[in-house]
Amino acid sequence: MSLDQNRLRLDQPSNDDPVVPRRGRGTELILLVFAVGISTFAYINVDLGALGEVPPDALAYMGTFAAVAGLAHIVIRIRAPYADPVILPIVVTLCGLGLAMLHRLDIADEAARANVQLTWMLLGAALFIVVLFFVRDHRILARYPYLAGLTGLVLLVLPLMPVIGHDIRGAQIWIRIGGMSFQPNEAAKIVLIIAFAGFLVQSRDALALAGRRFIGVDLPRARDLGPILIVWLTALGILTVQNDMGPSVLLFGSFVLLIYIATERISWIILGLLMMLGGAWAAYQLVSQVRPRFDLWLNPFDDPTNQIAQALFGLAYGGTIGTGLGQGYPDMIPIAESDFIGAALGEELGLAGLTAIILLYALLVSRGLRSALVLRDPFGKLLAAGLASSLMLQVFVVLGGVTKLIPMSGLTTPFLALGGSSLIMNWVLVALLIRLSDAARRPAPTEAPSYSDDAVTQVVRLR
Amino acid sequence: MSELTLTVIKLGFLAVLWLLVLSVTSAMRADLFGVRPPKPPKPSREAARQAKQPRNGKGFPARAVIIEGPDTGRTVPLEGAPVTFGRGDDCTMPLADEYISTQHARLRFHEGQWYVEDLGSTNGTYVGNDRLTRSTPVSVKSRFRLGKTVVELRK
Repeated sequence: MSLDQNRLRLDQPSNDDPVVPRRGRGTELILLVFAVGISTFAYINVDLGALGEVPPDALAYMGTFAAVAGLAHIVIRIRAPYADPVILPIVVTLCGLGLAMLHRLDIADEAARANVQLTWMLLGAALFIVVLFFVRDHRILARYPYLAGLTGLVLLVLPLMPVIGHDIRGAQIWIRIGGMSFQPNEAAKIVLIIAFAGFLVQSRDALALAGRRFIGVDLPRARDLGPILIVWLTALGILTVQNDMGPSVLLFGSFVLLIYIATERISWIILGLLMMLGGAWAAYQLVSQVRPRFDLWLNPFDDPTNQIAQALFGLAYGGTIGTGLGQGYPDMIPIAESDFIGAALGEELGLAGLTAIILLYALLVSRGLRSALVLRDPFGKLLAAGLASSLMLQVFVVLGGVTKLIPMSGLTTPFLALGGSSLIMNWVLVALLIRLSDAARRPAPTEAPSYSDDAVTQVVRLR
Repeated sequence: MSELTLTVIKLGFLAVLWLLVLSVTSAMRADLFGVRPPKPPKPSREAARQAKQPRNGKGFPARAVIIEGPDTGRTVPLEGAPVTFGRGDDCTMPLADEYISTQHARLRFHEGQWYVEDLGSTNGTYVGNDRLTRSTPVSVKSRFRLGKTVVELRK
């Protein structure tokens, strides 16, 4: 009977047209208006709280945001019409919150970093548009995985070069060319994930082969350990030479997560965690920068700069609903504008606000993973999952460090923290996510239905 | 700025921030519960009246019965939707007759009248002795033949 019903339904004219999936561009526009509104609200709220007046340039500020959001929206309409509608609004909101907090710290410190950051955001949005225009199909990124891997490594090593390398606060992760500082590891992050995804598409079958079975877990074969060992050693090398934990955690963590996604074997996660613990222990013994980080984590109040302690004080002062924007003392936290912007936001927006921010990150990551689930080609799946999980890892490492869940390590809070290289590269990352989600949601090219009225009633007249 | 105003603004900001989180979540709801298929276009009142007629009206056939051929005795209800006859599995009325085509003929209801039409079959569809070349109106007790099968419309 049910078959007959299906047949009947096939014949009904209303269902003859293929189902057109929702593109969601209207939803995106509405959410973008919302996001621009919140960004402006935050900016005005900062001045109201700190100075008691509405900022004179509030309209110009809103105009800039609206222009960035509108332009990006139009480009998505043209170049990626099926893209996920919530990615761009989330990113705009996060940028707006970060800029408002930088503006707030500027008022306290009498600096002008928010304007610089706004310029970086414009540049990032420009690069976003460029990427969407030139990467029309993500699969072209899969062509040269080894070249991408090499580029990523070179970018990681660049800060160690004698002339252009440059260290800030003991971490050798900067290059300086003609007065412009740049953190190449932010670019390396994206390039390396492209390389990992391309490499794993080729070799995941070998990596998924099971070796010996040990306490219910299939261990990989010893000969397949090469790639993970190479990445592990690279990560350790970065850690020892550049004195910075963040990038190495991010590099190794993303690689382990990608291997796990590619092979579906939990043993890689266990192995990765063990190697990470071993590496952390070795680094604690050997690397000058790592030991104090651990000590500060365990005893934050012994620190002469009181960075983590001030962050904790700030979070506690903020409480559940915060002091209100412009009304706390986030400038008492050293370097609140970059690494500790999470604590500054937590103080002024409280647990409620910080939770909302973390949720926005979680939603962004979930959209990336969703695209990975829906995408039809293995490279796209791995790339989307890799980009999303690197974002997740980065947010976890930074906010975990700020809230003293784990030792603090030098990574930037995506979209929020001061720093041009991080902001620009994260816009590029988002452009790739948009491209991938567009490919995921685009309806598959279907063959014409086997039975259609026109096809069968065609009669060849032999006259 | 009074203390009270600032508190109201603070709470307002948090509320708006959470409203954004919720609206983003509700925009994603489609992934969890699936997208509703687009609604069929609403039929105009005239068309709706006509579409109803075959069920209640007097002179309209309610079913097609096979009275000759290998499938003798089988019936198919006529409810307004087109009914196809043929050897193919995707027909409304799949038939076992070897002399008919995969998609052979179709009964179609249009503006208050049932029509039978040939779907480009090899051996043709006949009403009486005439091979169909176009849609032909049929009513109760009409018969048409495809291959060795004869179909009669009944109330």
